[in-house]
Amino acid sequence: MFRFAINRLLQAIPVLLVVISITFLLVHSAPGGPFSADKAVPPEVLKALEAQYKLDQPLWQQYVGYLNDVLHGDFGPSFKYPGRTVNELIASGLPATAELAFYAMLVALFIGASAGVVAATRPNTLQDYLPMSAAMLGICMPSFLLGPLLVLVFGIHLEWVPVSGWGDSAGDKILPAITLGTGYAAYIARLSRGGMLEVLSQDYIRTARAKGLPESLIIAKHALRGGLIPVIAFIGPAFAGLLGGSFVVETIFQIPGLGRFYVQAAFNRDYTMILGTTIFFATLIIVFNLLSDMLAIWLNPKLRQEARGDH
Amino acid sequence: MALLEVNGLKVYFHTRDGLVKAVDDVSFSVDSGETLAIVGESGSGKSVTCYSLLDLLPKPPARIEGGTAMFDGVDLLSCDANSMRHFRGNDIAMIFQDPMTSLNPFLTVGEQLIEPLIYHPDKTRIQTRSNARLRAIELLDEVGIIEPEKRFDCYPHEFSGGMRQRVMIAMALINEPRLLICDEPTTALDVTIQAQILKLIKQLQQKRNVAVIFISHDLGVVAGIADKVMVMCNGTVREAADTESVFYRTENDYTKKLLAAIPEGPKVMETRAQAGAPLVEVTNLKTYFKDYSKGVAGTQKRFIKAVDGVSLHIQRGEILGLVGESGSGKSTLGRSILQLAPITEGTVSFAGTQISGMSPNQLVPWRRKMQMIFQDPYASLNPRMTVYETLAEPLLYHGIATRKTIDEQVQHLMDDVGLARANMRKYPHEFSGGQRQRIAIGRAIATKPELIIADEPVSALDVTIQAQILDLILNLVERHNLTMMFISHDLSVVRYISDRVMVMNKGVIIETGDTESLWADPQEKYTRELLKAIPLADPKLERERVLSRSL
Repeated sequence: MFRFAINRLLQAIPVLLVVISITFLLVHSAPGGPFSADKAVPPEVLKALEAQYKLDQPLWQQYVGYLNDVLHGDFGPSFKYPGRTVNELIASGLPATAELAFYAMLVALFIGASAGVVAATRPNTLQDYLPMSAAMLGICMPSFLLGPLLVLVFGIHLEWVPVSGWGDSAGDKILPAITLGTGYAAYIARLSRGGMLEVLSQDYIRTARAKGLPESLIIAKHALRGGLIPVIAFIGPAFAGLLGGSFVVETIFQIPGLGRFYVQAAFNRDYTMILGTTIFFATLIIVFNLLSDMLAIWLNPKLRQEARGDH
Repeated sequence: MALLEVNGLKVYFHTRDGLVKAVDDVSFSVDSGETLAIVGESGSGKSVTCYSLLDLLPKPPARIEGGTAMFDGVDLLSCDANSMRHFRGNDIAMIFQDPMTSLNPFLTVGEQLIEPLIYHPDKTRIQTRSNARLRAIELLDEVGIIEPEKRFDCYPHEFSGGMRQRVMIAMALINEPRLLICDEPTTALDVTIQAQILKLIKQLQQKRNVAVIFISHDLGVVAGIADKVMVMCNGTVREAADTESVFYRTENDYTKKLLAAIPEGPKVMETRAQAGAPLVEVTNLKTYFKDYSKGVAGTQKRFIKAVDGVSLHIQRGEILGLVGESGSGKSTLGRSILQLAPITEGTVSFAGTQISGMSPNQLVPWRRKMQMIFQDPYASLNPRMTVYETLAEPLLYHGIATRKTIDEQVQHLMDDVGLARANMRKYPHEFSGGQRQRIAIGRAIATKPELIIADEPVSALDVTIQAQILDLILNLVERHNLTMMFISHDLSVVRYISDRVMVMNKGVIIETGDTESLWADPQEKYTRELLKAIPLADPKLERERVLSRSL
């Protein structure tokens, strides 16, 4: 298992390098720059600013300098928030985003997996069609529509939960988590239904039935582990997706998270901020994919033993 | 009154293509200490009959339309789900065909073994986990698992097929059932393992006086183990009588057909081998695979020696049979000769030219002269290509046909392998297993090859279909002057078709000889055991043999 992890992390290095290079080229080739704002800046000021942020150097020199900084864990200063580094900004936005992603993941797993399992136990009946149609709806519904709808119903009409904010009042994390989690819940529902259906058609489920085990035990003990492996493989990329895709929800609910910094940075041509956040998210995606792959291996006895004999 | 009495059982499948009468008015009975064999080809309804007794059929599409199944005074067909659970794994236990897929790969063998004890609704049997464990270990020992305490905590993938089937048997017996249903329990196993499992079932039955229903397509297997035989076809009973009557005195045409289809005895004829230089010459061939799994004793094996130093020659025109059990390396040897598997060492020559070591491009002109037929006609045909496309592809690729002549050539091929020309535009799923194998054979002979390597070409087929395909192959070999290597685990089939036989075990050739002299006088112990393990379709002989075979 250890060697597997090391191997995968080594493979990640060229991937990250490609991500950095492409992002670097793209942000620098986009028209405009961090200091080409609405109001004209005197040329000598602009020159001084560019010199300060090394923007006057040739591109390759900037690139090499940046790579060197990243290698030392330094994403550089932000171009738009004077006096603050990208590291600081990421650190300030990450907790809210991570917390939101975590709750959204809980919502997605709980609703998605139970809907999928319920649907799979009685395929092609109402019990299957109902949750699966809901899942289809959940996949189709964009969060910028679902969020305001939820706010309208539960925040404004019923007044059950606050309409926005983060950590200011009780229950203000419920709606954002549901808004962000619904799409993923829908995917997980479909994945777990498919996984469960396949496992339930296996010979060993028939063996379990022939042994006289109750149906609930057959589902919980014999089917669930194999049936949810596709879901586990999906959790990794989904988590990374939740972290990166949270900016819409953060905007709707006024959450001081990383997603908003990211979008603003793109508008502002905040080169270092865009690059820093991109690299950060790319790393997260790689790490979470690795973790969920390792979990899937660990859950399969055969693969687990092979992995153990590996090092 | 017998322990189980089934009367007028009807099970219909309501499918989109209409009603399928899988079981239509079937009646039988079986009593304690008695073995009833249900024999039939695939689709005959023999398995459906037994699954319906324990309500194990998928509903829908299956529906029980009528009949009763009285087990000890209770009708199994009309009892509710809860009482059915009392019977399952308790009074009535079941052993399934494929031990590789019938155990849950995620749970330890021991855990699965004790489940019938601890989760059973019959409260009198509820036991503590530690008691259940002791009982399970006892049973594992009884069914011949070595070091049962250690093996208890292993996962299914750490067991071989034969050992898994022993575990399945132990699991079925753990609640001391009164009726044991065995659904093709040895079909997926090698012939020597089959002999062991049959002996085990027979011994356990005699010791415990259980009633056994034994489902099989193999009349030889049934001969030694059954007291009564019921022959089924298309959902109906064709014949039901005691074993001797069915085997020795049957009047029934269908039973006669089944018995006649068993490839038994030699097909007396001169050897087909032609004198002169051999077509294929293999010297000291080795094919090793890297082994990533842990060795048995915890040691790291670096290679699996699938083929470990094989030398052989095949004369033009002859059929060389290659027999061996699963894992013996026979398929790898076949693929290595055709350069479809990477060779580690040694040389392969074809018609005097060394083809081992050639690049893929250099091999192209040779490929059309060497073709392969695979075991599974379901998997080896592209489901998205019509028969026409499948057969036309090699012809066009190798430039044997032009766009103008292709239609005619494909039609000739269809004639050759006994398929109606009208079926040319159909897809593989529209054909039966036997017809699909005909397509696969047609694909192989399309390029007019000199050598065909047939890897278990009839193993997935019913016995009557098997006989037809074997005759087709013999016919084609003679008509097209083919040379063939025929790989099979089934010794009777190999005897029927081959001029010369090689016995392979653990990557090496154990023995080679002319078919009949090898059968009459096997030189090696392994060959003798292999030959002894073949079940004969003769109840009087086979009954003794079942129990006398050494485990």
